[in-house]
Amino acid sequence: MDLLTFLIQTLNSIQYGLLLFLVAAGLTLIFGIMGVINLAHGSFYMMGSYLAFGLSPIFADTYGGGLILTLIVGLILAILIGYLLEWLFYSYLYQRDHLQQVLMTYGLILVIEEVRSLLVGDDVHGVAIPNWLSSSIPLSEVMTYPVYRLFISGICILLAIAMYLILTKTKLGMMIRAGSVNREMVQSLGINIQFLYRTVFATGVAIAALAGMVAAPVSSVYPGMGQSVLIICFVIVVIGGIGSIRGAFIASLLIGFVDTFGKVLLPEVAGVLVYVLMALILLFKPSGLFKAGT
Amino acid sequence: MNKSQIIFLVILIVLLGAIGFLGSEYSIDWMTKTMIYAIFALSLELLVGTTGLICFGQAAFFGIGAYAVVKFSADIDSPQIAYLLPISIVLAGVYALFVGALSLRTKGVYFIMVTLAFAQMAYYVIHDTPVGGGTDGIYLYIKPNLFGIPVESSKSFYLFTFGCLIAVFGFLGLITHSRFGRALAGIRINETRMRAIGYDTFYYKLAAFVISGMIAGLSGYLFAVKDGFVNPELLSWHLSGAVLIMIILGGLGHLRGAFIGALTYQLLEEFFRSEAIFGAFAKHWHLGLGLAIILTVALLPRGLFGLPSLWQKSSHSHEDVKS
Repeated sequence: MDLLTFLIQTLNSIQYGLLLFLVAAGLTLIFGIMGVINLAHGSFYMMGSYLAFGLSPIFADTYGGGLILTLIVGLILAILIGYLLEWLFYSYLYQRDHLQQVLMTYGLILVIEEVRSLLVGDDVHGVAIPNWLSSSIPLSEVMTYPVYRLFISGICILLAIAMYLILTKTKLGMMIRAGSVNREMVQSLGINIQFLYRTVFATGVAIAALAGMVAAPVSSVYPGMGQSVLIICFVIVVIGGIGSIRGAFIASLLIGFVDTFGKVLLPEVAGVLVYVLMALILLFKPSGLFKAGT
Repeated sequence: MNKSQIIFLVILIVLLGAIGFLGSEYSIDWMTKTMIYAIFALSLELLVGTTGLICFGQAAFFGIGAYAVVKFSADIDSPQIAYLLPISIVLAGVYALFVGALSLRTKGVYFIMVTLAFAQMAYYVIHDTPVGGGTDGIYLYIKPNLFGIPVESSKSFYLFTFGCLIAVFGFLGLITHSRFGRALAGIRINETRMRAIGYDTFYYKLAAFVISGMIAGLSGYLFAVKDGFVNPELLSWHLSGAVLIMIILGGLGHLRGAFIGALTYQLLEEFFRSEAIFGAFAKHWHLGLGLAIILTVALLPRGLFGLPSLWQKSSHSHEDVKS
């Protein structure tokens, strides 16, 4: 592997890792704060991709090839859906044990998948990259790097920074961090827990959907796309330590690298490598790399 | 055994025996499938219901058992149950040992995610590497025989499956009433206390995990031989989810619940897929199934077995209101 391929694969790893982080962060936050294990989180990622597929033709003639308006409207819709789902469904899960949460969110996956099938069908779709992002940066005579992938990484980094700032510098962040360490204490200090829950949940849905939206042009849009992402995100949460945003960040990048380079260097066993990594972490650090609330 | 268990077992044997001898080809086939799922559900019941370990990767052991029989009977003129069945069971057990040794280092929600992830790992091995033959799956051309006696017709295979089901029932019944089973129940109720009185709970849980994996391997063997075909979907997490639903439907903590759950799940699936009832909408049967799952767990957290006590409770509270 020459230096240039290495560079390209590194960029790809970071982009993939950052994308996974957006989904895993919501998953780990929702578990950390509400104690809900949400199998349907991957479905929110899929929902984002389908939102991008549905919305981008509508806004195609607006500023920036429709991408910006698609993202904004998609994000608003995702937040609304998140609020709605929390109110109608997830708020009933808080008092249930893990087994019931697993089964009920499993049922929800089936429902979401069928609703998707009813609304848009089961075909594989593509989403166009707007013109201003569709070029490639030439790296050598034969190799180029697509600008859109850099754009994905940029968006993810911006979001990660925003999340970091909100979590560490704001009062809301303080409540969230406190909530992930000791829920009862937060409640007894008179913090409106219902508001906190709803906000965290809607945010989790929104960032997972955003990840799906920006990923749609590269990964294409297809049924069941959320489920492989979900399981990888479980691996990330296990490696990073449940309830830890920092852990999710480090683990996402780690998985991004292992998976991307695995596909290049050991294509036969690439699918298995991330699980081998998880097995190794479990051997030495059974409760993940980081503690909750970090 | 108490009275209701004996009554259940007698009814089960009479009913299944009657279907075996009098049933139509279709009902025999359907019931065979249900019994296989019942064995599969029983394997998980030992983990979830008895030991309190929520394993979301049970399909891996099922799939390994299924693939083992197909792989090891290829190119053999007269494959024997006598060695193919043990191979399926042992291989599933070996993978369960690996998964259990690692995943039992974790607890609670971690355990759920880790078992799911390891099942997915097995899925990818079968799906991506030459071992499993890819997405298309593999056919099993010659059905294994029992010391030269063919078990090919659907009726004889039905009886064989029936025998396996009763054997697993008996085996698990013995386990749950043994010292070992009591220890497992103790771990479910309070693991810290079990450790405090000197049980090395890790090895008890690991033993339960391996036994459970082996029984799942047995059900996988039966499934592969029944259909004569395996594909990677046998290891998919949908199946792991489905079998969890089965034991919840039936009611945790009862071996009978696993059978009732498997039967109910099959009936539910049949119902939502029925074109006679739903017409063209039947192809979206997952919608109804998903809603049914959500409602069942929400309203009947103790499964169908909890139904009588739920009813009693509500009639009691009714009386309270009156008095």
